[in-house]
Amino acid sequence: MYDRVLSGIHFMSGNIACAEGAIAAGCRFFAGYPITPSSEIAERLAARLPAVGGTFIQMEDELASSIAIAGASWGGLKSMTATSGPGFSLMQEHIGYAFMTETPVVLVDIQRGGPSTGLPTLVGQGDMMQARWGSHGDYEMIALCPASPQELFDFTLRAFNLAERFRTPVLVMSDEVVGHMVERVEIPTAEALEIVERHQPPSPPEELTLPYHTDEVNRIPPMAPAGEGYRVNMTGLTHDERGYPTMNAEGQDRLVRRLVGKIRQHADELELCVEDGIEDADVVVIAYGITARVSQGAVRRAREAGLKVGLLRLQVAWPFPDARIARLAESARALLVPEINLGQLVREVERAAHGATRVVAVSHAGGHYPAADTILAAIEEVNK
Amino acid sequence: MTRTEIRLAGFGGQGIGRAGYILGKAIALHEGREAVFTQEYGPESRGGASSSSVVASDEPIDEPFAEHPDIWVVMVQAAFDKYVSRIKPGSRLLIDADLVETHDLPERVEVLAIPCMRFAEALSAKIAANVVMLGCLVAVTEAVVSAESLRESIRTSLPPRTLQKNLEAFERGLAFGLELREGADNEPVRTA
Repeated sequence: MYDRVLSGIHFMSGNIACAEGAIAAGCRFFAGYPITPSSEIAERLAARLPAVGGTFIQMEDELASSIAIAGASWGGLKSMTATSGPGFSLMQEHIGYAFMTETPVVLVDIQRGGPSTGLPTLVGQGDMMQARWGSHGDYEMIALCPASPQELFDFTLRAFNLAERFRTPVLVMSDEVVGHMVERVEIPTAEALEIVERHQPPSPPEELTLPYHTDEVNRIPPMAPAGEGYRVNMTGLTHDERGYPTMNAEGQDRLVRRLVGKIRQHADELELCVEDGIEDADVVVIAYGITARVSQGAVRRAREAGLKVGLLRLQVAWPFPDARIARLAESARALLVPEINLGQLVREVERAAHGATRVVAVSHAGGHYPAADTILAAIEEVNK
Repeated sequence: MTRTEIRLAGFGGQGIGRAGYILGKAIALHEGREAVFTQEYGPESRGGASSSSVVASDEPIDEPFAEHPDIWVVMVQAAFDKYVSRIKPGSRLLIDADLVETHDLPERVEVLAIPCMRFAEALSAKIAANVVMLGCLVAVTEAVVSAESLRESIRTSLPPRTLQKNLEAFERGLAFGLELREGADNEPVRTA
């Protein structure tokens, strides 16, 4: 339990793989409040973090957890929290705060059935829109959607890299089934991992007068570590390049456009999905997380029955792959969107398809993933 | 179809989860095949009968849960009573010979009765009854996992101080299972 990177082949649950992905990425601070079905992440990190020189704190609630990780990040540590629906709701304020203050943090949501207390132990995918719009004001989110324990390792690590690179909160939107299922997980050697470290100011403390000044291309400011003499004002108020509040419309538009733009302009690079036979497909199933996994079986069976069906598995939900969906809408007769909610990302698919094809939801309010039979029946129905 | 679904059911604390984990790991890490292990989770797993399951396949596994098990392992009566309605015709059922009496089984279920707890008690290791069962399971379902893969999985999944007893328990179950299988080749299988 003392290695930084548990290189090797393991038989591991998604939640444990998530914790190991965090450690491998360099996470050295976790603040959280245990909640089913995410608690194994906190449990694992409580054991692992002190062993690698990190800090684990069980906080009084999710509000405190989500702001503690922001503080730790400013202190120079890669930091994370993990939760599920009710806790995710409480964290929304600080997700907006991390976005506005450009604080790299990772938040993991192991989704269960909601709303409210809902189904604590059973699967849901009902937080997908909350992931995008849960905090107030305009912002842009990066949200990854793992479909296996292996991807919970890979994507948690990737989330840290993206958070550091873009100076922004990044979400890992998983679900109860993927979090709890145990499967083979391959962890590379430490040397083989690509780890992104925070971009630090090029100038010494006394010369850094505009800590939020950025170049015109990437529009991501370097981040000064606290305690090394840099004077950096950090505020959730609208601020200028000095970090001082600017309470006017011009400053607001300039800042929020930059914050949103620094992610939007890299949307193509952030996009990640797996295409399976979509080029000449009549029907394309678009899914993520456990639902995508089950869809693979349904698509395979539909093909065995002679239907031309493809699968687009979204590994990143936000930014949403608008252009890719628009292209698919030109070629496919129907897009089928199974989700464990009553219709969330299907709305995005509809928006991106722009009326060019039929978009059909296969929805369920949660508790179980849709059976492959259900998805297959829906494929057959739209293919008529 | 290469998919095989195995469900293990017993009483909380009997090591049903651990047995499923060991089995899944043997397949996924030592057989080079795909395997997913899941545990019943939530209020129904607290106290009383609970279960875990392993899905094994040569292909990537789409649906992780064992919804229609091909093989059932049932360690206590309460678990049998709870799950009997979900046992499908034509499946194979391994029970603890002394602790489970079958009833209301569907057609063509092959029942194999193994005195797991008795063997484990003889080794002064009641807690290893689950591993006795794993030994027997490998004997009757060689296509799913080999004995050597399971031994390797046991070695890397259980605390060192209990390893010797557990390996003994495994060999005891394996030997019994092989006897059962030889017997089955000579006589009609006992079916419900």
